[in-house]
Amino acid sequence: MNLERRLEGRLVPLNVLSMKLTRLSIAAAAVLASIAAAMAASPESPVGAASCSGCHPARPDLESAVPRLAGRNAADIVAQMRAFRSGQRAATVMDRIAKGYSDAEVEAIAAWYAAQQ
Amino acid sequence: MNGKRTSRRHFLKTAIAAGASTALRQAPAVAQGTSRVVVVGGGFAGSTCARALKRLDAKLQVTMVEASPTFTACPLSNAVIAGLRELKAQQFTYEGVAGDEVKLVVATAIAIDSQARTVALDSGETLSYNRLVLAPGIDIRWDALPGYDEAAANRMPHAWKAGEQTTLLRRQLEAMEDGGLVVISVPANPFRCPPGPYERASLIAYYLSTRKPRSKLIVLDSKDVFSKQRLFQNGWKELYPGLLEWVSLSSGGKVTSVDPTTNTLVTDFAKHEAKVANVIPPQKAGRIAERAGVADQTGWCAIDPVTFESRLQPNIHVIGDAAIAGGMPKSAFAANAQAKVCAAAVVKLLRGETPVSPKLINTCYSLVAPDYGISIAGVYHPANGQLAEVPGSGGISQVDAPRSTRSLEATLANDWFRTITTEVFR
Repeated sequence: MNLERRLEGRLVPLNVLSMKLTRLSIAAAAVLASIAAAMAASPESPVGAASCSGCHPARPDLESAVPRLAGRNAADIVAQMRAFRSGQRAATVMDRIAKGYSDAEVEAIAAWYAAQQ
Repeated sequence: MNGKRTSRRHFLKTAIAAGASTALRQAPAVAQGTSRVVVVGGGFAGSTCARALKRLDAKLQVTMVEASPTFTACPLSNAVIAGLRELKAQQFTYEGVAGDEVKLVVATAIAIDSQARTVALDSGETLSYNRLVLAPGIDIRWDALPGYDEAAANRMPHAWKAGEQTTLLRRQLEAMEDGGLVVISVPANPFRCPPGPYERASLIAYYLSTRKPRSKLIVLDSKDVFSKQRLFQNGWKELYPGLLEWVSLSSGGKVTSVDPTTNTLVTDFAKHEAKVANVIPPQKAGRIAERAGVADQTGWCAIDPVTFESRLQPNIHVIGDAAIAGGMPKSAFAANAQAKVCAAAVVKLLRGETPVSPKLINTCYSLVAPDYGISIAGVYHPANGQLAEVPGSGGISQVDAPRSTRSLEATLANDWFRTITTEVFR
């Protein structure tokens, strides 16, 4: 929480942000791991996840400036979404999209993606 | 004993006759693994939905009815018109859809009996369904603009369904001599792809500025405001000064009739005789929607925002451009997102479960020039019986963003097209 507060409201260079996000990731990992385990077997996506693959490629072989989400660390996805929402991370469309999702929704989506290969 | 059986049978019969229920008829079908879903239309909405249904429940029998063996995508087709891209890059076959064990039927659905739950095809075949998904896209309202009928479209192309019309408009621009007048007419809302006419105007202006710089482009609009307006207008001022003129509704931009013999567009204030005329006409849901009884007096289809089930006919879902999706625009991105949500709802309904309230995204890129992209995005959820934008979310690209951002968004526009068409068709 302290870490989040420190990140709030100012521009952080990417490498520093990434370091901080990694620390945040470790903290959130335990919580997310349990959600991930529960979701792993489900072909059904959590609320709000179905739209993501319109831009984030499902296939690993597809060339795109937009990163693939499947198999990514859940805590990383959560941290990035928070950074997009707060404006700490510069964005083209993700800032506008992140503002439409609650923390709980983002956590469920992140866990679902993390559980995929 | 006897009496009891009769009354139960009578109850069943009555319930079925009333078309009331889903649970009674579907339960046995689900038990045998033979629930049938028919999807009509193989565009972004229909193809996505058919594949998503099979992925969510491999036992479902999913049949997709589509008149054409090849799909021609509209997004980026304005770049084809401007000579920046070939039509072939817009075309996709249905091998990927069929590969997911969706049964493909190349035919046109001509009638739907919502009581008997059957779809009649022009081939003479009849398909029965437990649930039907209609994704018919748009049809042109041939009766809405005096002078503009199907024959007129051969002279004054609409190019609002990608394919031959796209090529025709491109050929006309290529054949035009430098110094010619190009006119685009834009209808009132709602219509497919709200920013589309302005992207088209931008890319035609790009073509003219680079190839035929003495030419002029006039956009006659039936509206005073439009999607991504400030971004487009700033781009036009910067890139195409003196070449592109936008005439709003209140400045007399509404086209009231056309004359294809002279290529003339008529407003209350002027007659524009164009060398190339692109008439984007008023539209409605694809005709099968009307025949199924799911289109209302507006010509579009009211739906439940959780399940996309028609407000007018039970067991029929409508997705994509044909649907009235509240704040969601008629875009390929929205169609794809709606299709996945609808598929999940259909699977749950067939199992007698309650669909969850969804959240959907729309993201639309437009090109103002080949390396100059802008976007609009939004997040939507059901609110007061409609799909409404989640407060605080969404919006357009920053108005004062540097050219590097515009260039990045142009790249993202192309990446988006590759990603979504791969998901839907490959």
